[in-house]
Amino acid sequence: MELAGLGAYLLFFLNLVGIYAIMALGLNMQWGMTGQFNIGIAGFFAVGAYTTAILTTGPADGWLGGFDLPFLLGLAGSIIVCVPVAWVVGRITANLRTDYLAIATIGIAEIIRLFFLNEGWLSNGTRGIPGIQKPLDLGNGGYLLIVLAFVAITYLLVEVARRSPWGRVLRAIRDNEPATAAAGKDIARFRLEAFVVGSCIMALGGGLYAHFVGFVSPEAFRPLYGTFLVWVMLIAGGSGNNLGAMLGALVVWIIWSSTEVLADLVPTALIGSESAFRVFLIGVLLQVILVSRPQGLLPERRPPMPGERRRS
Amino acid sequence: MIEVIQLLINGILLGSILALGAVGATMIFGVLRFAHFAHGDFMAVGAYFALTVVTVFNLPVLAALPVAMAGTAALAVAIDQVVYKRIRRVQPVILLISSFATALVLRSAIQMIWGSSNQVYETGIQLPWRIGPLTLKPDHLLIFAAAAGLVLMVHLFLTRTRMGKAMRAMSDNMDLALITGIPADRVIMWTWAIGGALAAAAGVLLGMDTRLHPVMGWTLLLPIFAATILGGIGRPYGAILGGLVIGCAMELSTLIIPGSYKPAVAFAIMVLTLIFRPQGIIKGAV
Repeated sequence: MELAGLGAYLLFFLNLVGIYAIMALGLNMQWGMTGQFNIGIAGFFAVGAYTTAILTTGPADGWLGGFDLPFLLGLAGSIIVCVPVAWVVGRITANLRTDYLAIATIGIAEIIRLFFLNEGWLSNGTRGIPGIQKPLDLGNGGYLLIVLAFVAITYLLVEVARRSPWGRVLRAIRDNEPATAAAGKDIARFRLEAFVVGSCIMALGGGLYAHFVGFVSPEAFRPLYGTFLVWVMLIAGGSGNNLGAMLGALVVWIIWSSTEVLADLVPTALIGSESAFRVFLIGVLLQVILVSRPQGLLPERRPPMPGERRRS
Repeated sequence: MIEVIQLLINGILLGSILALGAVGATMIFGVLRFAHFAHGDFMAVGAYFALTVVTVFNLPVLAALPVAMAGTAALAVAIDQVVYKRIRRVQPVILLISSFATALVLRSAIQMIWGSSNQVYETGIQLPWRIGPLTLKPDHLLIFAAAAGLVLMVHLFLTRTRMGKAMRAMSDNMDLALITGIPADRVIMWTWAIGGALAAAAGVLLGMDTRLHPVMGWTLLLPIFAATILGGIGRPYGAILGGLVIGCAMELSTLIIPGSYKPAVAFAIMVLTLIFRPQGIIKGAV
């Protein structure tokens, strides 16, 4: 590959890493900090992507659109629309734990995907919504700066949240729910708050994704790309650790891209389909990580308690 | 009215396939305490095993059924021994994610070995029987009969054999069962074997009814979980009932809403069950 092509690929690659890092941070708020087993990431991803797609595109023919709003308002719209969706989902699944929450969230995510697939007046069905512009006519390079800025902002916010009393309550709920309840904390409220905030971060990732790719269709929100990769990133990076979540996004995308190279090396006759071979490799890889290092690359570290630093 | 009866027939057909999948899923859920996300892909693997037997040895599908069941049972036990067994003592959630990875590995393996296009066991159109205004394909009767036979065998296994009783005991009360000296490892192996075999049967019957496709099992996974939860976790009889209810509800829903929302109906029933009656119709183990 020539150098210019490599550079262009690198920009493309880093944009996706940034977008997925944001989603991994959102999941870390739900799973890493609160212990909520959400495997409906794709649903919030889709809500965010479709909202900004509808709000920022020009006149549409046959589906809802034509608002032509600027980029930042589109992203704000993604988050604002996600709040009630996540609130309702969080509310109806409030009493579910682990496996049950997992099954319920993946079911809801699939319902959301079916909704975008079938309601053509809203989302143009399977054909999807094309022509979503990047802001200020930026290329991938300029857009990368915007994505990185959002990664930095999100990271700072979730890290502040993690070290705050609020984050401490979330971890307490994760580690010992009855004890936290006995300490007088309103568990249902904290869980719902964490769920909504985490989902809105995912919706932000979805919005950035829509502007980056320029096109959204229900295909992108299947459980594999929408949910599974984000989980692999968080588990590989280290759940509970925000730096780990971002590192996981980078590492998993590197591996995901290198499987493409690997798939090129193996003769097609042997593996049948290249994309299937890549999924196969990433699945095997995840199994290896889970068996050998279930705590991830960067395990969680407890932030210092208030006053703790003074004593030492 | 005629339309309703026709949809009910389709619903029971779909329901009996779901029931076979759900019985295995509910037993794995009951004994091992985790939602096995690769169960749908076990179905697909079973269906493709049967396809190989049908094309290579030129046998009828029902003759290939036992081979596919045995093959998938062996595969299920092997996956458990190689992967799940090692992480069983860590958090249950790690198991769940691991089963998700297994699902992807199996599905992509199918695409690599058998290709990702639609395939059928037998080409040619089967003439449906017309009974008054109703239509019924001969294959449908075979599917009913096979599903009913398998359910009966599971019933006899669970009630008449020591292993079946041990399995129910572990699903009912794990601690009590272990104290009484039930060999947990062997029960777990049998659970995987039976779960895998039933999933394969469901896959083969689904393939007879429609066509074979690498994601055929995955699309039915959530309806199967819905049946499992509706029937109560760890309750094989509840799972059968749940499967029939979900199957009929999915088919009958097409009277009111577009058919493309069929899967959403199953998910909606599942979410409602989880919220209002999380123990299921028949009180479940969890």
